[in-house]
Amino acid sequence: MLNYTGRRLLQLIPVLLGMVFIVFMMIRAIPGNPAQIILGQQASPEAIAAMNARLGLDQPWYIQFFKYLGGILQGDLGESLRTRLPVADEIWPHLAATMELAFFAILIAIIIGVNAGIVSAWFQNSWFDYIAMILALVGVSMPIFWLGLLGQWAFAIEFSWLPTTGREQVRDPVNAITHLYIIDTIIQGRFDQLWQVIRHLILPGIALATIPMAIIARMTRSSMLEVMRADYIRTARAKGQKMFWVVYKHAFKNAVIPVLTIIGLQMGMLLGGAILTETIFAWPGIGRYIYDAINFRDYPVIQSAILVVAFIFVMINLIVDLLYSLIDSRIKYD
Amino acid sequence: MNKKRMWSAALLLMLVLSTVLAACSGGGKESSGSTKDTLVFGRGGDSTSLDPSRVTEGETFKVTVNLYETLLNFGEQDTTIQPGLAKEWETSEDGLTYTFKLEEGVKFHDDTDFNAEAVVKNFERWANGDADKFPYYNSMFGGFKGDEGHVIDSVTADGDHTVIIKLKRPQAPFLKNIAMSMFAIASPTAFEKGDDQFERNPVGTGPFKFVDWKTNDSITIEKFDGYWQKGLPKLDKIVFRSIPDNSARLNALIAGEIDLADGINPADGEKIEGNADLQLIERPSMNVGYLGLTVTRPPFDKKEVRQAMNHAIDKQTIIDSFFEGRADLAKNPMPSSISGYNDDIEGYEYDPEKAKELLAKAGYPDGFEMELWAMPVPRPYMPDGAKVAEVIQSNLADIGVKAKIVSYEWGTYLDKAAKGEADAFMLGWTGDNGDADNFLYVLLDEDNIGSNNYTYFKNAKMHDLFIEAQTEVDEDKRIELYKQAQEIIHEEAPWVPLAHSTPLLAAAKDLTGFVPHPTGSDLLSNVEFK
Repeated sequence: MLNYTGRRLLQLIPVLLGMVFIVFMMIRAIPGNPAQIILGQQASPEAIAAMNARLGLDQPWYIQFFKYLGGILQGDLGESLRTRLPVADEIWPHLAATMELAFFAILIAIIIGVNAGIVSAWFQNSWFDYIAMILALVGVSMPIFWLGLLGQWAFAIEFSWLPTTGREQVRDPVNAITHLYIIDTIIQGRFDQLWQVIRHLILPGIALATIPMAIIARMTRSSMLEVMRADYIRTARAKGQKMFWVVYKHAFKNAVIPVLTIIGLQMGMLLGGAILTETIFAWPGIGRYIYDAINFRDYPVIQSAILVVAFIFVMINLIVDLLYSLIDSRIKYD
Repeated sequence: MNKKRMWSAALLLMLVLSTVLAACSGGGKESSGSTKDTLVFGRGGDSTSLDPSRVTEGETFKVTVNLYETLLNFGEQDTTIQPGLAKEWETSEDGLTYTFKLEEGVKFHDDTDFNAEAVVKNFERWANGDADKFPYYNSMFGGFKGDEGHVIDSVTADGDHTVIIKLKRPQAPFLKNIAMSMFAIASPTAFEKGDDQFERNPVGTGPFKFVDWKTNDSITIEKFDGYWQKGLPKLDKIVFRSIPDNSARLNALIAGEIDLADGINPADGEKIEGNADLQLIERPSMNVGYLGLTVTRPPFDKKEVRQAMNHAIDKQTIIDSFFEGRADLAKNPMPSSISGYNDDIEGYEYDPEKAKELLAKAGYPDGFEMELWAMPVPRPYMPDGAKVAEVIQSNLADIGVKAKIVSYEWGTYLDKAAKGEADAFMLGWTGDNGDADNFLYVLLDEDNIGSNNYTYFKNAKMHDLFIEAQTEVDEDKRIELYKQAQEIIHEEAPWVPLAHSTPLLAAAKDLTGFVPHPTGSDLLSNVEFK
């Protein structure tokens, strides 16, 4: 197990290196000069030339690349061209905002998606099954923009149950320590604020959860359907076990592996930030951070933020792989 | 048996869900009442810095205009010159020496005294910088210490409360430049600690002082108790919130989470006027939206073709449909509020027949094919580039010109257009200081080809007029020069000027004292809730 983990971690090095290189080359292939865009329409040619020189953008690409790579190896993610702040300082609040939302969304997606999948498989071809699977189809094809604005209109304006946008009640802001507001409010004992933070999570959380929820439900259902036909299920039922336990304990345990894979992939994707959800709900997450950086051709931010997101993505996949052997003792590494 | 259990499970689920939702409503609409000394201002983007001298981007100035003050101010809703930190000023006969008498008893937020020495230190800081550090100083004052083009010769203190600025040569818009929010006077104690530190810890003399900044989320500022103007500011706290999507921002306003929203879609104007809890606010226009014709690309190298384009496009329909009528039809490259505007010019009327004649005269009786570049992002001067492009496309089809609409991501769009790769492109401009030079020279002079003159238009006579106007101190003579220049521009027609739009804001009904400024940077010291 340890051996396997070590090997997998070593394999990460070429993957991440290759990714750094591809991203580096790709963003330089897009037309548009960062200095011109950052300084805006108002800037004079001298200002642009001076900025290019400060940023080192007047040097050949390979020099820029090795300088950047050297920085990364020393743990330096570079400095934002636009705000002149170290990317390492800037990235955490955004990543924390995205993590909070992503965990919340995946939690909703798992609870509803897995159960809907199980019940659908259990009562295959029942009305519940049909409705759940139609909803799942609608869910994967739902445009987030529309869903988000509709949610705001219904739950914030018509019923005034939930806030429309943001992470906190700005008139009573959370004192950010870890930037994970749920944790921050708990450590500070501000349970009134904790409640506000959770209320702010609900609408964007549901909007973000829709697609993973649908995918998880469909995957759970099909995986369960296969298992339910297995002999040992019949044996369990023949022993007179309650159907609920047969389904949730015996069957689900054996159907969980593909579901786990999907959850891992979805989680990784959510942690990469969701530009649409973050834009509609004014969520200051990593997706918007990267999107803004692309618009401003903020090369160091694009490179480093994608690197961090990719790292998280592969780490989650690794964790999922390791979980397999914990859940299913038939799977062994080494 | 199983079915029964499933029913009860479903019922249970519904029960839980409805309890959760009901509990949510306990929080209710974000309450007003006790919180009405705080203003939440929703806007499209975050600031990049809180040191106004280091950026060129408007979202920064929206905040800093409340943190800092300038020697001179613009008028409440125009760009006339008014007293600021300087209560009086004098200009010498030759236009080379400016003497500013400063307000006394003013303090910075860090308790440093505001005096002549502080002003001198600010100017020294800028003059010793470079174009990368202080981009606006570079463009407004022609460079830095030691540069040939640098307009400012010296800035000296005469006693504690008098500052004398000497220029190398007259600069007509000098006082207007001094009033721009990027030349705000900052506390020397603060910026001497280091520029990078200062950008996130701004210290000025303004009515509000900095509290907190959550990147991409909110900036909070609060009342400065030691503010020199008695009774101001009226609010205790302002929170600037970034809500990128226009519709979501309006939703937040309707839900009462924000009190004031910038960047309202023209299409939402009526909805707001029909809402008893809200008020619609119009920002005075200081912009122009236009269709640029790249004069180096045939057939737009022919004057008649460019004039034909001007006759072919139905501006009124565009304004009625996509600006919801909240815009003035443009005939010059700058709005009428700017002194020097030539109202005697008769705009090209919408007349497809005349356009066809002109095309025939230019040798294109059957029209031609071209690319029409549509703006990919909404801007106040162009709320919906793609749709406006479709109208222009059909207008052009009427005179036999086949226009293919193309669009690029914004950064790419500007880059390619600046290189002269577009046949015809949509673009616009919002003025910085309300001076004619800031529109005409910046957008159409040969000196600015490759930067803001995207059409590559050149005219020697017009260039001479601009250069003369830059140093002409007699206002009447200067106006005359700009009027002549506009005649040349009208005749040569490098643009189809489309509209001067009125940007919209919306606010809660009980908000008073908000006076939107045409530059887009709004001073909020008089704002309060009834």
